Amino acid sequence: MTRYILKRLLSAIPVLLGLSVIVFAIMALIPGDPATAILGSFATPENVEKLNRDLGLDKPLVQQYFIWLGNMLQGDFGRSFALNRPVLDEVLERFNATLILAGTAFVLCSILGIAAGVVSAARQYGLADKAITFVVLLGISIPSFFLGMMMILTFAVTLRWFPASGMWPIYGDRDLWALLDHLTMPALALSLVATGVIARLSRSAMLEVLRQDFIRTARAKGVRERGVIWRHALRAAMVSIIPVLGIQAGFVLSGAVYIEVVFQWPGIGRMLVDAILRRDILLVQGGVVIVAACYVLFNIVVDVAQSLLDPRIKT
Amino acid sequence: MTFLTLTRRMVLAGSAALAMALAAPATAQTPPGVLVVGQVAEPKALDPHAVTAVNDFRILMNVYDGLVRYASGTLEVEPALATDWTISEDGTEYTFSLREGVSFHDGTPFNAEAVVFNFERMLNEDHPYHDTGPFPLSFFFSSVESVEAVDDLTVKFTLSGPYAPFLSNLAYPTGLIVSPAAVMEHGAEFGRNPSGTGPFTFGEWRSNEAVVVEANADYWDGAPELQAVVFRPITDANTRVAEMLSGGIDMMVEVPPVALSEFEGDAFEIVEQAGPHVWFLILNLKEGPFAEQAVRQAANYAINKTALVEEVLEGTAEVAAGPTPPAFAWAYNEELEPYPYDPDRARALLEEAGVETPEITFFVTEGGSGMLDPVAMGTAIQADLEAVGFDVTIETYEWNTFLGEVNPGLEGKADAAQMAWMTNDPDTLPYLALRTDAWPDQGGFNSGYYSNPEVDTLLEQARVATDQDERARLYKEMQTIVQEDAPWVFVANWKQNAVTSDRVENFALEPSFFLLLDDVVKN
Repeated sequence: MTRYILKRLLSAIPVLLGLSVIVFAIMALIPGDPATAILGSFATPENVEKLNRDLGLDKPLVQQYFIWLGNMLQGDFGRSFALNRPVLDEVLERFNATLILAGTAFVLCSILGIAAGVVSAARQYGLADKAITFVVLLGISIPSFFLGMMMILTFAVTLRWFPASGMWPIYGDRDLWALLDHLTMPALALSLVATGVIARLSRSAMLEVLRQDFIRTARAKGVRERGVIWRHALRAAMVSIIPVLGIQAGFVLSGAVYIEVVFQWPGIGRMLVDAILRRDILLVQGGVVIVAACYVLFNIVVDVAQSLLDPRIKT
Repeated sequence: MTFLTLTRRMVLAGSAALAMALAAPATAQTPPGVLVVGQVAEPKALDPHAVTAVNDFRILMNVYDGLVRYASGTLEVEPALATDWTISEDGTEYTFSLREGVSFHDGTPFNAEAVVFNFERMLNEDHPYHDTGPFPLSFFFSSVESVEAVDDLTVKFTLSGPYAPFLSNLAYPTGLIVSPAAVMEHGAEFGRNPSGTGPFTFGEWRSNEAVVVEANADYWDGAPELQAVVFRPITDANTRVAEMLSGGIDMMVEVPPVALSEFEGDAFEIVEQAGPHVWFLILNLKEGPFAEQAVRQAANYAINKTALVEEVLEGTAEVAAGPTPPAFAWAYNEELEPYPYDPDRARALLEEAGVETPEITFFVTEGGSGMLDPVAMGTAIQADLEAVGFDVTIETYEWNTFLGEVNPGLEGKADAAQMAWMTNDPDTLPYLALRTDAWPDQGGFNSGYYSNPEVDTLLEQARVATDQDERARLYKEMQTIVQEDAPWVFVANWKQNAVTSDRVENFALEPSFFLLLDDVVKN
């Protein structure tokens, strides 16, 4: 097992290197440069050239790439042009906020999705199944940013139950209540689509398992229905549900971009959007590399978890 | 049925959790004396010499002072940290007497040495703190040859030649005075640890959440009424509106025109102020149909500017008559009338010029600084132009890409492009965008290749004239000629807007587009 994990970790290195080349190339190829973005109306060729020199962007691209890569390997991701602070500080702080949001949404969609899927499967074609299917289809069909805006209108502007945006109150204590107060709407909005997907796939995974012989055996032995469903069937179904959870975790992370913009959550998605618009090259590159590294790591964790659950998967 | 009990339990737990969430305190009202301002973005730095965005200026103008400032409600310069000044006969030496007894927020005294430090840091590449930059707008002072402290409270600027906009550039945020001691202490981190002489002192900066400034009780111009101001970055306009409606902020700037109707009624106040902004179309005079003056004038007649400002921009702008915005009251030619909307006249002009269905490529941007609602405006303009016989093809670009296409010149690419400028002196825009020597190949912004020796002479003269009445006369003459030549389609002057809640009093927007909060009261 240790060897397997080590092998997976090693194979992540070329992936990340390739990614660093791609993200560097994209930022170099898109039109517009940071100096023009910073200077705006005053971007005369002369001013742009001087500022590019000050920013170290006048060197050949290949050289710029290796300087960036070399610094990055030593833990120096450079300084953001637009925010005037170290990229790593900014990325870690923002990533932390995203993890809180996406993590909550992921837990929500996993629990709600699997529970809904199991209930649906256990009561196939029953009233509960039909109701859940309806809600789930509705959830999958509403774009999350639209849902977010509707939630703000309803619960912040009209009812004033929750604050419209942000992560912490502007004044007052930064305790768990304050966080939950700000987290509830964005986390719900973000988890909805994933909940739907997980519910649908858990339902079919469960249905497949419930038709198998060992379930009949368990029932014949007199195991109570609750035990059959939650202990025997769900555990077997988890093997096909977990990869879905892995994919949905990625989906929730990327979906956080819209939600963060709508709810002004100070997360990494919003940071990347702003950084791209401002041509904040180092922040985009550093942000993407760090997010990708986490993504790769997460996939490894999912694969390892799966092989632990299902001995048939070769390690 | 065992299964159902479990779901029932789940439902119970779920509703308990929900009830608890609802019992959490509802959104608190903002406290009195503390003004929460919804900004459009996270500031880059609170170092006035290092930033370029109006969004950052809104904070900076409340933390720092310059030697001079714009008198309230105008774009005319009045004393601030300098109490008075003399200009030498030839317009190259400016000697300022400084205000006595002013301290920076960090306790160090404001004096002539501090002023010298500020300009040396920006302009002198060998200055020990020049590396705390870059200073992208330092060219505002590129005519400064030397700055010297004559005595403790007198400072003398020597310019390489007469340069009339110098005073008004000093009133711009790039001319604000920072504490040398704080720069020495914090170096490159000064932008996050600012210290000035202004009405508010820096409190704290929580990244992506808020910048807090607190009242400076010892402010030389009288302590502010507010205890503190919180600047919150809310980049999404819809969310900013929702925060304003739900009471999370007390003031928001740059309200989208379509959202203004939300704020009608007693609970809110809408504040408007025309500023030194002009929105126009650059026309390509080098090639294609717009090489003909009659065709350019036809375009000016064909476009229904009133409909643009009233319908598309919901009254958040006024029709522009010429290249200089009326906010520069002293330099604006009142006699100028906008080209009226007259499609028949446009058709007649096209016929006179002998062009039938002139084909036009029109560059439109998705949005950018001062561009208002460029896509909607672009399509409305396209429709107006086609109604009189033009054949218009729109090409749309993201803002930075757009600038990369337009700034190097339109030749071989387009016949018209949208553009907008906000400036601080009537010299800036025409000098950078209408002179023959400002063609793109010479480093200017005259992307449409307009050239009129008379205009060139007037602008050169206005730049070196030290007498304001003389400058005004020259600018007015320039405006008349440029309007007649029609190198641009003059479209709109933006009125900046802001919304405050009914708890905010004494607030007004400035024509400079700065946000000055020292007199504002919040109940």
